[in-house]
Amino acid sequence: MRKLPIDQLSALFQAIAEKEALYIPADDSSGQARFQRWHEGMEMTQALNTVRSAKDFFFPQTENLVDFKLKGKEIEVIDPRTEHEDFVVFGVRGCDARSFTILDKVFLAEPVDTYYKSRREHGTIVSLACTHPEETCFCSTFGIDPAAPEGDARGWIEGDSLYLEALTEKGEKFLAAVADKTSECGDEAVRAQQEKTRDIAKKLPLHELNLTGFNGENMLKLFDSKKWGELSQACLGCGTCTFVCPTCQCYDIRDFNTGSGITRFRCWDSCMYSDFTKMASGNPRLTQLERFRQRFMHKLVYFPANNEGEYGCVGCGRCLAKCPISMNIVKVAKALAEEVR
Amino acid sequence: MMQETLIPKIGVVTDIRIDTPDIKTFRVVGLDGKKVFEHMPGQCAMLSIPGVGEAMFSITSSPTNTEYMEFSIKKCGCLTTWLHAMDVGQQITIRGPYGKHFPVEDEFKGKDLMVVAGGVGLAPVRSVINYVRAKRQDYGKVMIVYGSRSKEDLLDYNEILSEWMQDDGVEVHLTIDRPQDDWDGHVGFVPNYVKELNPSKDYTVIMCGPPIMIKFTLANLKEMGFAETQVYTTMELRMKCGVGKCGRCNIGSKYVCKDGPVFRFDQLDALPNEY
Amino acid sequence: MQEMMIAKAKELLGSGAVNRVLGWKTGEFVYDITPAVFTSVEELEKDFVYNDFCGNNLSKYLIKESRKEGKILAFLKPCDTYSFNQLLKEHRILRDNVYVVGVPCEGKTDGETLKAKGVKGILGIRTEGDSFVVDTLYGEKTLAKADALPERCLSCKSKKHMVYDELLGPEGEVLDSHRFDMVEKIEKMTPDERFEFWRGELSRCIRCNACRNVCPACSCEKCVFDNDASGIAQKAAADSFEENMFHIIRAFHVAGRCTDCGECSRVCPQNIPLHLLNRKFIKDIDTFYGEYQAGEDTTTRAPLTNYDPGDVEPSIVYGKGGKK
Repeated sequence: MRKLPIDQLSALFQAIAEKEALYIPADDSSGQARFQRWHEGMEMTQALNTVRSAKDFFFPQTENLVDFKLKGKEIEVIDPRTEHEDFVVFGVRGCDARSFTILDKVFLAEPVDTYYKSRREHGTIVSLACTHPEETCFCSTFGIDPAAPEGDARGWIEGDSLYLEALTEKGEKFLAAVADKTSECGDEAVRAQQEKTRDIAKKLPLHELNLTGFNGENMLKLFDSKKWGELSQACLGCGTCTFVCPTCQCYDIRDFNTGSGITRFRCWDSCMYSDFTKMASGNPRLTQLERFRQRFMHKLVYFPANNEGEYGCVGCGRCLAKCPISMNIVKVAKALAEEVR
Repeated sequence: MMQETLIPKIGVVTDIRIDTPDIKTFRVVGLDGKKVFEHMPGQCAMLSIPGVGEAMFSITSSPTNTEYMEFSIKKCGCLTTWLHAMDVGQQITIRGPYGKHFPVEDEFKGKDLMVVAGGVGLAPVRSVINYVRAKRQDYGKVMIVYGSRSKEDLLDYNEILSEWMQDDGVEVHLTIDRPQDDWDGHVGFVPNYVKELNPSKDYTVIMCGPPIMIKFTLANLKEMGFAETQVYTTMELRMKCGVGKCGRCNIGSKYVCKDGPVFRFDQLDALPNEY
Repeated sequence: MQEMMIAKAKELLGSGAVNRVLGWKTGEFVYDITPAVFTSVEELEKDFVYNDFCGNNLSKYLIKESRKEGKILAFLKPCDTYSFNQLLKEHRILRDNVYVVGVPCEGKTDGETLKAKGVKGILGIRTEGDSFVVDTLYGEKTLAKADALPERCLSCKSKKHMVYDELLGPEGEVLDSHRFDMVEKIEKMTPDERFEFWRGELSRCIRCNACRNVCPACSCEKCVFDNDASGIAQKAAADSFEENMFHIIRAFHVAGRCTDCGECSRVCPQNIPLHLLNRKFIKDIDTFYGEYQAGEDTTTRAPLTNYDPGDVEPSIVYGKGGKK
């Protein structure tokens, strides 16, 4: 384990930023945190987490896929990609760090999504342990330890030091690159902090959220539950939950006429939207009930059915904080629990 | 180099055949004049006109056709309207093949096959029919029950008369919804016609058509003693990526683009009824 | 008040005067309250809540609910009654199918607003006089209520109900709200500063459509931004300018109909002060066409859909900086 005095944090950021792009969670003009490219003078946020998750780094909200030039009856296909620069994301929380493994299961499954893969290869994740989880946190439901986040490397801010530890080859490389800023140290302080954080985590109101029974075997039982009507009743059909969610990965592909050609781009889409499954011939999900049900069935049943029981949720609590009508995966899971137990 | 799934290839439309008042069949080859890729019966391809849209279509031609691919497309939305308006020589974009094909190499081998189709539903199964015709010795009897609104709406009518009906061991039964002057064949809906024909329960059934036809035909087949495990169909839902990632064509935990579009009815039974 | 409301709901359900009750349902925490329709006494007793966190404007739900079988009891805050009236004026709610019970409001806060005040790990909240005492994972915190309210409540325009069949609690007054202060500040900016201000705010937009979907004035059956045939139905804009246009067009479309309920800014996950766009229109309408408050009544013609010989002359608009 390595450490550095916390008052040297800016110097550390400076050293990283000299070599590659660095992103840290910092407050924006509205007072909320978001990942921003570090520049001198930028400070880390005091907030627990960013409004938007860290998925943007690998799966941005919009991304150009391919360009077309049209001439008469002819079409020219152009790959618009340029080589991505290497980048470091510092300060990713344990929940978001886990979300990448979930996104990997979608985008890196055959056939590999090369847009995502390229970004993944160029990015180094340096996670940061939580010390003050919020009441909306329930990452422990998914076996995530907020005091020991995943990532290429991870850090703890304790007292007047930042402690760092590498977890992957990329993480080793990262630590080696800033070795002159850090010094070798023991892990006592980190362990003490972890114990404290884990104690707090046990007191979180949602820490005992239990998802037993949410699996592929109970697909039809859960799908056919009478509860969906009441649960979805007040849903506005907006995409807030989807867009702040670190694991929501559905996308749309659309064409944009630039005037000199066509740019085909993909953008985040939401199963909550009325046109998500709409075809020229009809729509299998006609009301908000079906759309609402899809989102939660996907996370709690379909995804685990396809991925050895892993849920499509990391318990970050963003949807709990941001849903305009305060309906969310925790309420859904609790309401449906009796169907499967 | 890694295969790029979202970057399409160019296809050239070399022939456009008007099949019915609202269905045209487009012949497509690559820029080099050859097939853009190989496929199996039941698989699909993403076709697009940049700036208009991209959508999934079943590949109508059989893989045994070594020269080109064909797509029979009904005019119903924005993209299909555009496709119907274009001329020969137009380039389109194409990517694929996508999805699981009909099990022509295993479960279907040596079996008697019954194809039940309605309207443009013949398009996805035409590939199977012609594949089986080309490899006649590998399969048992072939029975085709095909219905449409009117004689004019029957897809591939000339091919049915001049080729399918001439083949040994291929039985074709056509029907139209309402009587009309120049029609002396069967009149009536497909589900009832299947019942009237009273096929042997040995047939493996391949079904494609409007949901209402599928619903009633399946019910009639079951009444006649057919098991869901011997009835196959092919599904259509909205798709964007074609590779199980964009998240919109799922029926429960299965993606139509990747795990389908070909499903057996017992498989569909285990999934939520949302299609 | 909550007890009075439950009693009233039980009474009306029991007598058969209504068959459903539109109100608020308790959640996991003190503050995460969801609008809900109650159909039985048991549900009411178990989950009905009315407290400092019932901020959701319920009026828009009545577009659908008033078209269902039977009459529905709707508890409306003063603010919500403006939206209700406006929707009546637009023939979106079937008045006969709704029994409106006006309930008082002293301002509604929410978890996000408390967190913006530095409160972390909320476990419970109780009211002591003019303060919230918040029990958190990290100790107790006391906040003056006035400091813990969102902007829309700090600049509340009215505590008076514009419409009701019955009123619970005392009736309030229309207030002098200072709600145009920030608009005036923005008006005083140079065009460049103003452009920068709005580009800065709107650039955070993630096009989740929460503002549109919650807005009682956005009640089109199909929004132009969802209509593929419109040519502008891009989901996430291909460029940020389009994102800006979404909000500007929306502001134009609700001009003269927006009651300034503030739901747009409440629900925005990115804290964009969207209400300021609408308030600018309200202020301009006041200036050019005379004082007008959408939702105040159901009979008068709205200034932008009415011709009056005294309507503003183009020269006045030019004088305000409009281009010829």
